[in-house]
Amino acid sequence: MIRARDCVAMLLAGGEGRRLGMLTRELAKPAVPFGGKYRVIDFTLSNCTNSGILTVGVLTQYQPLILNSHIGIGIPWDLDRKDGGVTVLSPFVDQKGGEWYKGTADAIFQNLYFIERYDPRYVLVISGDHIYKMDYSRMLKYHQEKQADVTIAVIEVPWAEASRFGIMNTAQDGRIVEFEEKPEKPRNNLASMGIYIFDREILQDHLRVDQANPASSNDFGKNVIPQMLQADCRMFAYLFRGYWKDVGTLESFWEANMDLLQDQPDLDLNDRTWPIYTVNPNQPPHYIDPAARVKRSLINEGCMVFGQVEHSILFPGVQVGKGSVLRDSIIMSGTTIGTDVLLERAIIGENVIIGNGCYTSSPGKELIVVRENSIFPDNSVVESTLNGEMMGLRGEKK
Amino acid sequence: MKDVMGVIYVNDDDEALQPLTKDRCVASVPFGGRYRLIDFILSSMVNTGIFNVSVFTVRKYRSLMDHLETGKSWDLNRKQDGLFILPPQTHYHSSEFQGALQSFNQHLDYFHRCRQEYVVISGSNLVCNLDFAPAVSFHRESDADITILYKEVEHPEPDFAGCGKIITGEGARVQEIITASNPARGEKAALCIYIMRKALLLDLIQQCTEAGKFHLLGDGIIGNLQNLKVCAFPAEGFLSMIHSIGLFYRRNMDLLQPSIWGELFFQPGLIYTKVKDEPPTRYTENAVVQNSILANGCIIEGRVENSVLFRGVRVHKGAHVKDSIVLQRSVIGENARVEYAILDKEAYVSAHKTFRGEERKPVVLEKRKTV
Repeated sequence: MIRARDCVAMLLAGGEGRRLGMLTRELAKPAVPFGGKYRVIDFTLSNCTNSGILTVGVLTQYQPLILNSHIGIGIPWDLDRKDGGVTVLSPFVDQKGGEWYKGTADAIFQNLYFIERYDPRYVLVISGDHIYKMDYSRMLKYHQEKQADVTIAVIEVPWAEASRFGIMNTAQDGRIVEFEEKPEKPRNNLASMGIYIFDREILQDHLRVDQANPASSNDFGKNVIPQMLQADCRMFAYLFRGYWKDVGTLESFWEANMDLLQDQPDLDLNDRTWPIYTVNPNQPPHYIDPAARVKRSLINEGCMVFGQVEHSILFPGVQVGKGSVLRDSIIMSGTTIGTDVLLERAIIGENVIIGNGCYTSSPGKELIVVRENSIFPDNSVVESTLNGEMMGLRGEKK
Repeated sequence: MKDVMGVIYVNDDDEALQPLTKDRCVASVPFGGRYRLIDFILSSMVNTGIFNVSVFTVRKYRSLMDHLETGKSWDLNRKQDGLFILPPQTHYHSSEFQGALQSFNQHLDYFHRCRQEYVVISGSNLVCNLDFAPAVSFHRESDADITILYKEVEHPEPDFAGCGKIITGEGARVQEIITASNPARGEKAALCIYIMRKALLLDLIQQCTEAGKFHLLGDGIIGNLQNLKVCAFPAEGFLSMIHSIGLFYRRNMDLLQPSIWGELFFQPGLIYTKVKDEPPTRYTENAVVQNSILANGCIIEGRVENSVLFRGVRVHKGAHVKDSIVLQRSVIGENARVEYAILDKEAYVSAHKTFRGEERKPVVLEKRKTV
């Protein structure tokens, strides 16, 4: 176990996730349901617990209700602790006024008082919108061995995609010599995963310098890391090998979900040495009817399947009626699908009712995203909820 | 319900459920894919609004204590009231345990300290989803000293064999309880659920223990049928008392009917159990699953038919599980075949092996055993 006075984790969870469209209308990106059971933030929170980092500040801002109630006092992750544990840190006002978090670095800066309470030597900064399993204690050990000021976790990305990432150019010993944000001609394929370990004092100093600069957008990747490089800090890249996915877009969110359906998934949810914790719903085992057919899918408890489910994910309490066919779809908790429904490449929110004979029709194969609580009357077309659309009888609006 | 407390006691001998009860008591026998028997009565009490529940144990209660923990899963980890696990004061040899009243007598302090006026007492081997509120109201209104819950027998299954047949007279007043009978269709089977004032229970405990008698139904209630007003009240819904391997098998299989699944697990309230952090169950390309219920954490690469799979079961490629109950974390190897079987926790059926019983006589593979 890593004591609070050694390392405090700061988990950035305030992201709006604009590119996730309807999924983040009512909740923050880290709270988006994932993998038939979880919310995105569960992966980082579980990583903290499994790594023995038991003091975690979670910085929330955008639509925090669901996220706050999900985290609670941290019981599912064993983070309800007398010493440390999880603390939700929202923007606040004091006598001088108050402000929203302007950027990732500003969010940490405004909560330096929280970090100082524990007086840690190191601060781990992570974000709640990535799907991966990582032992932060190994990264911390590397940081100590390298006597680094800053360690940044990096992952090898395909060269063709390197220009989409923040790329670290490193020397032989792993020391970072240059940081290029989305380079046109990448010279390296080590992408920053947005996971940082800082020596606490160096972090404090640089956050103060950054705050004093009115031109800064107070962001780690854009401002603080380049500023530290310029100041000649000892910065090292820590190479992570394993599954890692940013679920920032609908397409990547869908892909990350579908990645779990491989016969040998790259991210093993059944690994008992590294469990992913979440708030457990209390539902009976799911029921598969004699006429049902399920393959390459994840099905959670409380579901009743009478139809055909192929390469899809069902959250708890989903009902799939007789004669219905689901393909490449993600159906969130409590949604009821009638008989003879056809859904392809659809992400259906919670508690949606889809009447008998409804179908998706997407010639361009784009993802259909339906907001929670929507209702589709019998035989209507299941199409994406448009921005600003109210819930209700959607099929009738035409 | 603030003035009602719950008492769960050992009403059945664990010999009848061997080998499932080799290392566990009846109350902690797994049931229904992810539950243990005690979950049903405990959840029923909590859903009724009873928040002071004691569980009296006799033997082999390690797994029961592990399961109940602090009562968190039932919302019973409370500062006031909550869950009380009350093991025997001294360790009995099997021959020394003579009845529930003996257990109660060893924990009189518990009863004295509780503020509740009424007590709902229940055995621990019931599969049910009950709301006790109507029975408690009936008890108060009928001015009964003791109310016994009964089930009107619908099918000629032996669920209630040995429970006692209740014969009632006017105003649901119990005239006779015949313990040595097997209640037939239309008759009233006693459910070993009793409602009475705590003060009366304390009297019964004292009266019986002084006489060296400890059986709650036989000595405490039947022995006082003439002096006390004992009434009967019907319990509704899917109900069974699991007292044989055959019943264990058949009542699990009943859950494959969606109507029973929906009734037992959802009506009137949810059945709670200790949660495990298992991922959703994963079906691979070659999975074929029909008419089955599956808890989380399973990986299905083979064929599963008419079966109940508990959490974390692994069915490998080419394996075929049919008409079986597979408990937590058991593994069925490649091309193995399991039929009319009960696999206890972490059992292992090796690749290409067959483990088969008969419909009327399912075979049991003991915990952590390999075929």
